[in-house]
Amino acid sequence: MIIGEQKPLADIISMVESEGGGRILVVGCRSCVAVCLAGGEKEVTELASSLEDHSASQELGWTVSTVTLQRQCEKDFDQEIAGVVKESDVVVSLGCGVGAQVLSEVYPERVVIPGIDTSAMGSPEGKGRWKERCAGCGDCTIHLSGGICPIARCSKMLQNGPCGGSQGGKCELSPERDCAWQLIYDQVRSKGRLDLLEIMLPPKDWSKGRDGGSRIVVKKEERR
Amino acid sequence: MNDGSSLQALLEAGEFVVTSEIGPPKSADGGPVREKARVMKGYADAFNVTDNQTAIVRMSSLAASLFCIQEGVEPIMQMTCRDRNRLAMQSEMLGAAALGVRNMLCITGDHQKFGNQPQSRNVFDLDSTQQLMVFRRMCDKGEMWCGDSIKIPPHMFLGAAANPFADPLEMGVIRLSKKVGAGADFIQTQAIFDLDRFREWHRSVLSKKLDERTHIIAGVLPLRSYRAARFMADKVPGMSVPDELLRRMANASDEKAEGMRICLETIDELRDLPGIKGVHLMPVNWESAVPEIVERAGLLPRPQARR
Repeated sequence: MIIGEQKPLADIISMVESEGGGRILVVGCRSCVAVCLAGGEKEVTELASSLEDHSASQELGWTVSTVTLQRQCEKDFDQEIAGVVKESDVVVSLGCGVGAQVLSEVYPERVVIPGIDTSAMGSPEGKGRWKERCAGCGDCTIHLSGGICPIARCSKMLQNGPCGGSQGGKCELSPERDCAWQLIYDQVRSKGRLDLLEIMLPPKDWSKGRDGGSRIVVKKEERR
Repeated sequence: MNDGSSLQALLEAGEFVVTSEIGPPKSADGGPVREKARVMKGYADAFNVTDNQTAIVRMSSLAASLFCIQEGVEPIMQMTCRDRNRLAMQSEMLGAAALGVRNMLCITGDHQKFGNQPQSRNVFDLDSTQQLMVFRRMCDKGEMWCGDSIKIPPHMFLGAAANPFADPLEMGVIRLSKKVGAGADFIQTQAIFDLDRFREWHRSVLSKKLDERTHIIAGVLPLRSYRAARFMADKVPGMSVPDELLRRMANASDEKAEGMRICLETIDELRDLPGIKGVHLMPVNWESAVPEIVERAGLLPRPQARR
């Protein structure tokens, strides 16, 4: 899933103000950002009432309406709300960076204000915690590293083992952060496959990742 | 201009080598590099020139290496994976070799979080093992990593770092074996204070016979004060400073003298270990200690390299 966090209210208010306020539409998403408690129906309602409170206290005269889409990242769903978008002056997206972009593309006449800071692809890890797991490098090799990706999870993206800063299972960056290579070592060892760690990985082909330019994926049958 | 690496010649002749360190200034002035080189000239066989150490911007290691050459001391140019992609690494290798640099240390680099510009992006196109693979190909096959041939290939004695105090120990030794497999001619270790842990690492390295495939140079750092020791113990990633040693520094009436004693004791211990081919002195802001350490350790005069 995509992990994101809602921006501070003051930042959202400031962006709404610089767009002139008026009739505000907050657009949420029921997918990933709902799971990470940042942009689902509940958060959309909360943001709307915060904006209304601000407007009332400052006598700005804003009106706020809300809508939450099944998947903001798919144009079909975005197109369904043409009516309410037309009735608004300012659109605030509580979708992820993908959702906000697609919404923006579907409604080119509107400036879409990003209400979420999107950070990573990862997984829920207990109450109120999410962890980055994939960096989208386009060339997965986790079978060689105990099912743990060093590109996404080592602070230095090291592919051939830990740096000198790994101590007591923790990354040098902070005691709260596990060293990915300690996790990899523990996993591979428990599988009895330390031999995998002896494999020398040559310079990676980053062209399959973001470095090769923005990626467009086309299913084989659709290629010409 | 010299033709090859003196460090290499000395190691291959079986001499116990001494290397030390010169940190470039935060300034567009070669003076401080020249000054450090003059203070330590003749007391070590080659000098590591650090590369934006602890992620703090300083004069480039290539430029500072050139000042060292001009002062008649041999540089070991450090190059981090943090700040350069493979294109920059290869072009800098060509430039360094053309300017007379003969030793290159391939290192990961401290995370930018520890520096004074933590907002910067890191590169890590290559890790240090891959960096060695690329440089090995340039030097040995006369080819860029992509296979293009190099008209006049670089000649460089290639080194890498090892931290005996990083966890897990077994994984660290596996990584070291990869660096050796990738072509590290020499290895310099992190500063050694914890001799028990170092011996454990050393046994593991010897059991894999890595000492027969590379030259291992043991790192030693003279402690100038209790505060410096405390800083090493608490703030520097990947360090291990035993409590006993901290107590000695805390109780010393003359901290500098005690730091010097500890440093000399450590060198004595390390010299007797099989497979240890030299010491690397890291006189962080205490360059004037180097001549005294080398002299009192009985490592003078430094031998002349025969090539």
